Amino acid sequence: MAKDIADSLPQPQDQPRRGERRGLLRRILRSLVHFREASIAGAGILLVICFQVTAPAFLSPGNIANLAGYAATTAIIAAGEVLVLICGEVDLSVGQVYALSPFVMFYAHQAGIPYVPAILLGLIVASVVGFINGLLTVVLRIPSFIATLGTFYLINGFTLTISGGFPVQPPAVAIITNTFGGNWVSQILWAIGIALVFQFVLRKTRWGLHTIATGGNLLGASEVGVKVGFIKVGNFILCSVLGGLAGTLDAFRIGSIDPLAGGSEIMFMAIASAVIGGTLLTGGSGTIIGAFFGAIVLGVLKDGFTLLGISAYLFDMILGGAILITMLINVRLSLIRAVGGGQ
Amino acid sequence: MSKEVLRTEHVAKSFGAVSALEDVSIRLNRGEVLGLLGDNGAGKSTLMKILTGFHKPSSGKLFFEGQETELKSVSHARSLGIEPVYQDLALVNGLNVYHNMFLQREIMYGGMFRILNDGAMRERARKQLKEMGVHIPSVDVEIAKLSGGQRQAIAVARSVYANAKVLLLDEPTAAMGVKESTMILDLVRRLKEKGEVSIIIVAHNYAQIFDFCDRINLLQNGKITFDQRTKDTSVEQLTSLVVNEYRAARENIGRS
Repeated sequence: MAKDIADSLPQPQDQPRRGERRGLLRRILRSLVHFREASIAGAGILLVICFQVTAPAFLSPGNIANLAGYAATTAIIAAGEVLVLICGEVDLSVGQVYALSPFVMFYAHQAGIPYVPAILLGLIVASVVGFINGLLTVVLRIPSFIATLGTFYLINGFTLTISGGFPVQPPAVAIITNTFGGNWVSQILWAIGIALVFQFVLRKTRWGLHTIATGGNLLGASEVGVKVGFIKVGNFILCSVLGGLAGTLDAFRIGSIDPLAGGSEIMFMAIASAVIGGTLLTGGSGTIIGAFFGAIVLGVLKDGFTLLGISAYLFDMILGGAILITMLINVRLSLIRAVGGGQ
Repeated sequence: MSKEVLRTEHVAKSFGAVSALEDVSIRLNRGEVLGLLGDNGAGKSTLMKILTGFHKPSSGKLFFEGQETELKSVSHARSLGIEPVYQDLALVNGLNVYHNMFLQREIMYGGMFRILNDGAMRERARKQLKEMGVHIPSVDVEIAKLSGGQRQAIAVARSVYANAKVLLLDEPTAAMGVKESTMILDLVRRLKEKGEVSIIIVAHNYAQIFDFCDRINLLQNGKITFDQRTKDTSVEQLTSLVVNEYRAARENIGRS
């Protein structure tokens, strides 16, 4: 199932390299089956071409900025969500942490704390939320869907209470603003950096291996001695912190901190990105690069339809259909991989 | 007594009112293969779970290398060198062969980020499987793509290379065809010839494991009812013991 960058490393010598004799087309088809990231990236490129043909303003600098900022936010949250999904859990509260963290930063700064420590404080609060989500799931054995649904509402109420329901403005300090997502370039760089770092963590570190093992065979992994509870809690924390970071970056990019921003909308977009990108909701398998491309595809869809003047109502129908179709294709491709289409 | 590795004395285990083991004393010598036979429900799995440290016995003693030992947990038992191979094999389908073999004892580059040394694990997994005579297409394939026998062989190889002193094989050929079973039993035979590891093999198909067991213990209704060296007994004798058990059971049912 999980075919990825790691597998493009040298293959054992005793295996004949059959691919070389095949035609180019077959090899492209093969890699589409083999690398999940390739299929979603291919879909993204096709969409960009379609929209550019029908709406020439699509690749204008202004629109790219708009699109990149939106897609980057989703991609950052999706990276964390992928880790939790691979563990076989889900984090619904992350969209509310997205709204909470920048408020913590704002009030900490108002209380006289310099900006960078204030940002860190916002992320620490996010990590506490992740820790609580993890404990509810692992120690108290509340299914993560319900546990994080509870924290979703708790955090939302908390953010609305401390803010009084009104947006605030983060003071502009050029260097801080530009570093933390103040323009779309810095935000997309954050998203790319996070995607690459966490893909590496997932594929090349012990943490990633144990994350996949936890979701792939919970009982088996614990029989071998993997600390499955620890791994789950850790990934809930990572997911929350990435949600808080995305919210902080957006606060600087948009120039406003809105208690009603984020929420279920951005959380579902992140989960949809992860799933479209090839992460299984059942756990045990996933890709962060795939989720990154998934976020871009969703961003392109949303932005392209807006440019074409298609209504938001219709967009939701198309988005729903797109998620179902990609899921169907993913299930099919997984079956093909499972019967030996891969190796 | 110095060559004894694992011994239990009058071990009993009950779950509430249900008594799973009544009085079990077994002994495993170094380099020996002990066949533990018994019908479904005789207590084989309970006994295995006590030996792996998963269950604590209700009463009785356990000795490891001559020392009285209380197994605190599965990882404690494993740290002593008691390696179970579970029926579910504890393999992760989404991971490839060498990641499964090195799960929880990964080879890593130094440093705080615990980066996996895939090259070293791949090489060593290939070498170990070759040494044990396990043939698979490649150590890079996902474990889900291998057959039941190959998966079992990899689970055994993983335990052996975790420096096992005692290998506990729970129904290693369950749900396997003749060809696959033969492959696993050949593997156990080769391990026996090396003589580095002592093995308890649980089975109810005793004809299959009879040849290479040094000793056979028969577990019936939570008690060891038979303990003979293989060369002093025969498949026929075991069959008659089991048949008698069935007869006795039938009479009991008739009476009640």
